[in-house]
Amino acid sequence: MPETRYTKEHEWVRLDGATATIGITDYAQQALGDLVFVDLPEPGRTVTAGDTCAVVESVKAASDIYAPVAGRVAEVNAAIVEDPSLVNRDPAGEGWFFRLEGVAGVGAELMDEAAYKAFLETL
Amino acid sequence: MTDQETELARTPLDGLHRRLGARMVPFAGYAMPLQYAAGIMAEHLHCRAAASLFDVSHMGQASLEGEGAAAALELLVPGDILGLKPGRQRYTLLTDDAGGILDDLMVANLGERLLLIVNASRKSFDLAHIAAALPAAVRLVPHTDRALLALQGPAAAMVLARLDPGVEAMPFLGVAERQLAGTAAIVTRSGYTGEDGFEISLPAEAAEPLAVALLAEPEVRPAGLGARDSLRLEAGLCLYGADIDTTTTPIEAGLDWTIGKRRRAAWDFPGGGVIRAQHDDGPARLRVGIRPEGRAPARAGTKLLDDAGAEIGRVTSGCFAPSLNGPIAMGYVASAFVADGTRLAALVRGKALPALVAPMPFVPHRYLR
Repeated sequence: MPETRYTKEHEWVRLDGATATIGITDYAQQALGDLVFVDLPEPGRTVTAGDTCAVVESVKAASDIYAPVAGRVAEVNAAIVEDPSLVNRDPAGEGWFFRLEGVAGVGAELMDEAAYKAFLETL
Repeated sequence: MTDQETELARTPLDGLHRRLGARMVPFAGYAMPLQYAAGIMAEHLHCRAAASLFDVSHMGQASLEGEGAAAALELLVPGDILGLKPGRQRYTLLTDDAGGILDDLMVANLGERLLLIVNASRKSFDLAHIAAALPAAVRLVPHTDRALLALQGPAAAMVLARLDPGVEAMPFLGVAERQLAGTAAIVTRSGYTGEDGFEISLPAEAAEPLAVALLAEPEVRPAGLGARDSLRLEAGLCLYGADIDTTTTPIEAGLDWTIGKRRRAAWDFPGGGVIRAQHDDGPARLRVGIRPEGRAPARAGTKLLDDAGAEIGRVTSGCFAPSLNGPIAMGYVASAFVADGTRLAALVRGKALPALVAPMPFVPHRYLR
């Protein structure tokens, strides 16, 4: 069972071998509000941790989504482009954003679930 | 609570907003509800379908009293204030000597006085600006002890009439002193959503009981500043500080209609010469509606390009329009590009997205006519 790690920017990353699936947390979707537009990275693009990879827009504002780990974009979730509200409804599941391949590992600064929950308490 | 929050002013409905689960944000020095639990999309659509209650107590309210009040105000605005009949309200602008817009405001004639409603972000400036221009016989009295509620939407008249039978007979842009749930209130039939509706000025301490009574009606839900902004943008209405400011004139902003017929014979208001020249010769740029293709909103500041990629204007307000399920914007473009249907591009995150100049309002007004 791959473990989920979290960033302070409220992305989650699930590493399975060298493949990482990335999305945003329930806290993030609540803070953003109703999403109306999602822009995802081009498959094949190589990203390093911290790169702006995707954009989400609510009625009122736009927010950047960052790559939590380095890798090559293998797949993007076309379903959230068609229906951005899927991210609001199921951020940790059907509302995933993109998959990276060739991922060497996750950085030590990424939090496990307990640490992320503790981090949310400080906000 | 953050330090920043402690410095913010609170409206008389602050406690109610928090009990209703509002997300409070700083706006013009006030803690204001951006949205409630339902979210901007649902709040917006509810206002178009039934009735929404907005707290707009942050806006400035003041009375202009005394012999010659209307004539004194005409020294500062291009609107016909002398011709504003008792019981009527009008939208007008404070202009500067260069023809720029210092603020937009509503003026209501209550018979013995004029009631002014100005933007929150401009109220201290406006009150000083107006007071400095008054003759001895005219007084400007700020109403810092009053709240302002807006009840907007197709069910607004039916709902308000349950508390005050007869209020539904008020005409669009009418103003009247009414008894609402036992409180003397000043009611106008106007708003900032494009829907039929009312704005209600009342003593601060009476605001929460009235808000609670209105929210108890099955058609009414609370709506925050987020929905207020998307509603007014769909209605093609300007936001001061975004779509109009001292760098834009009434002609460039497409607000020629606010210049009274008598006023445009004399052009005797601040910036009258500049505004007259633009009126006669046509402005070099004009505020237009913009419909970007696809789903990506073009936000304020987005550059607008012609076919050759040259910048021909900028977006001043942009959002995703819940009623249209697509993005809308307004902005200023060079005069060669103002015709409806003109093809432009909006430069969003480095990509030139196709967009069309479009008529406003984006969603038809449903005022009582």
